[in-house]
Amino acid sequence: MERTVCEIELEIKNADGLHMRPAMQFVDVANQFDCDITVSNVENDVDGKSIMQMSMLAATCGTKLKVKAEGTDAKQAVDALRELVEEKHFNEPMPNN
Amino acid sequence: MEIKRGIAVSPGIAIAKSLIIDSEDYRIPRRSIDASQRTREIQRVRNAFKSAIDELTQLETASDQIQESKIKDIFAVHLRFLHDRSLRKKITDLVRLDLVTAEYAVSAILREIASNFTKAKDTYISERAADIYDIERRLLRQLLGKKREDVEHLTEEVAIVARELSPTQTAGFNKDFVKGLATDAGGRTSHTAIVARSLGIPAVVALEDLTENISGGDTVIIDGNRGIVVVNPDSQTIRQYEQYSQEFLALEHKLDAIKEKPAVTRDGVKITLLGNIEFPDEAEQVLQKGGDGIGLYRTEFLYLNSESEPTEQEHYQAYAETVSVFKHRPVIIRTVDLGADKYTQSRRFAPEPNPFLGLRSIRFCLQNLMMFKTQLHAILRASVLGEVKIMFPLITNIQEMMQAKMILRDVMEDLDEESVDYNKNIQVGIMIETPSAALTAFTLARDADFFSIGTNDLTQYTLAVDRGNELVSTLYSTVDPAVLRLIRTVIQDAHKAQIDISICGEIASEPEHIMLMLGMGVRTLSLAPPMIPEIKQIIRSVTIEDCNDVARKILTMNSERQISSYLRDATRKILPETF
Repeated sequence: MERTVCEIELEIKNADGLHMRPAMQFVDVANQFDCDITVSNVENDVDGKSIMQMSMLAATCGTKLKVKAEGTDAKQAVDALRELVEEKHFNEPMPNN
Repeated sequence: MEIKRGIAVSPGIAIAKSLIIDSEDYRIPRRSIDASQRTREIQRVRNAFKSAIDELTQLETASDQIQESKIKDIFAVHLRFLHDRSLRKKITDLVRLDLVTAEYAVSAILREIASNFTKAKDTYISERAADIYDIERRLLRQLLGKKREDVEHLTEEVAIVARELSPTQTAGFNKDFVKGLATDAGGRTSHTAIVARSLGIPAVVALEDLTENISGGDTVIIDGNRGIVVVNPDSQTIRQYEQYSQEFLALEHKLDAIKEKPAVTRDGVKITLLGNIEFPDEAEQVLQKGGDGIGLYRTEFLYLNSESEPTEQEHYQAYAETVSVFKHRPVIIRTVDLGADKYTQSRRFAPEPNPFLGLRSIRFCLQNLMMFKTQLHAILRASVLGEVKIMFPLITNIQEMMQAKMILRDVMEDLDEESVDYNKNIQVGIMIETPSAALTAFTLARDADFFSIGTNDLTQYTLAVDRGNELVSTLYSTVDPAVLRLIRTVIQDAHKAQIDISICGEIASEPEHIMLMLGMGVRTLSLAPPMIPEIKQIIRSVTIEDCNDVARKILTMNSERQISSYLRDATRKILPETF
């Protein structure tokens, strides 16, 4: 099996940001894959499978996060996470404007 | 070596390894462990996570029916945190590398995470700190709950160190292994003090920050005579204390020798010495120490020891056991004095803002008639086994006393209908422990068979001082002129009405206050069983005339400090070895 690396940038679009419930959804999706997932904002790199680390990013609406996946299913993982964050935006409301 | 000063509340010397009981309600201090304990402590962290996960999973399943998605989300988020390996690793790493207790590591890491959230500018995220505190408390409850079970199954001698001790905690103590108590909070009449005296083990309270300056397993000396606690004493100090402890035991033995002799003053006045007890098995101790009966049988233990309300049969068994020890000597059973404690407060939707002025004691009973009648039924049934008397606590006015007596008559009628035997002439008395009862003692005396002055509550309510609050506990003094004036009124009114009067507060256990009490006309004292020999020794060394002089002098004094020092000097003259 080939080890691939995928990197994308995701923007948090739901109004309330990456609070507890979205963070939970994020790690739940991330944990479905075998690859390692690292998420970073400007200051920190954290493990995308750890709710503690993810929630500590305290990412608010509009924050851009870099997601880096390494492993055989890296591509699928990145796609699934993009869908959750940018398309479904965690099934949460968007800002009013 | 570190020396801490507090208030001595129960005499004796204990030298033992410390066992610390932290509380999830207070900040957990940083405490070191020995390298050899590392593996065990890490295992404690893992077990706490596992138990917390089990507990939460159960709660989550139980809430399935509720269909309240927000609550389910909260449980789900907490579970993710508890399953998060990197969180667990952070905590176990702290234990491993810094050699600290599991409790401290859990608390420190989770609070660090929480503070990260609090700093976030977005309020929606910053409020999530509450979730982290919730997880912290859940884990601490697991760790500390286990610890409390450990106290019930001790296998080696320990000295218990805690911020404060609640009746529920002390009820589970294994008396064979707990050698002493030391707490940050508390005063002379706090629960810790009462328990220590009834167990006959030394205790020091109001040590303020002791729990922050001690690690589990550190050796401590608890000097319950001078109010000193020494943490990690050097070998010379241990030797000194071992010698001092032996001298103290020798004095105790000497006092025990007088237990067969009567409590009579040098001029031939007989004083009745009764015991205050909390548990039925203490009745035997009262007898061993030479007591003439039970002047205060506290019955709260029946409620605090178990999760559910005690049955009538459980009440009866406890009373029958105690009464059988005394046969033809008085046993005064005080009806339940609950309130202002975890038992009643945790059963309320919202805790009372000011429980000491709230629904406690007789007030609680008069609003929970089923519970009250169950107890009275059992007391009446036990009344045929010996000389049982009933005492109602915290009476504040005559209506309350009449109402309580009316309910007692109802229960008597029930027993008549059931054809159950009881003493129809059972004596019914009240505790005088509020200023209002003291000021109306003259009226109350017409319908009471006896009075017993509860000086602890009387002092707290008269001086408006919370006796358990170390910030103001120095203002608490039973020999304050205001309190003494009330006590004198009660004694005089009881004498006029020709009813029995006794003192059952802590003042009756304090050597320096005995002459004053006798001089004020008290002839019956009810006290902590281990103190009976010492108090008897004082009684046998004085004359009533001396006591009358002391009381006359004291009642002209206007300051508590003057009174205290006068009493100390007067007692030192008659019993120098006690001081």
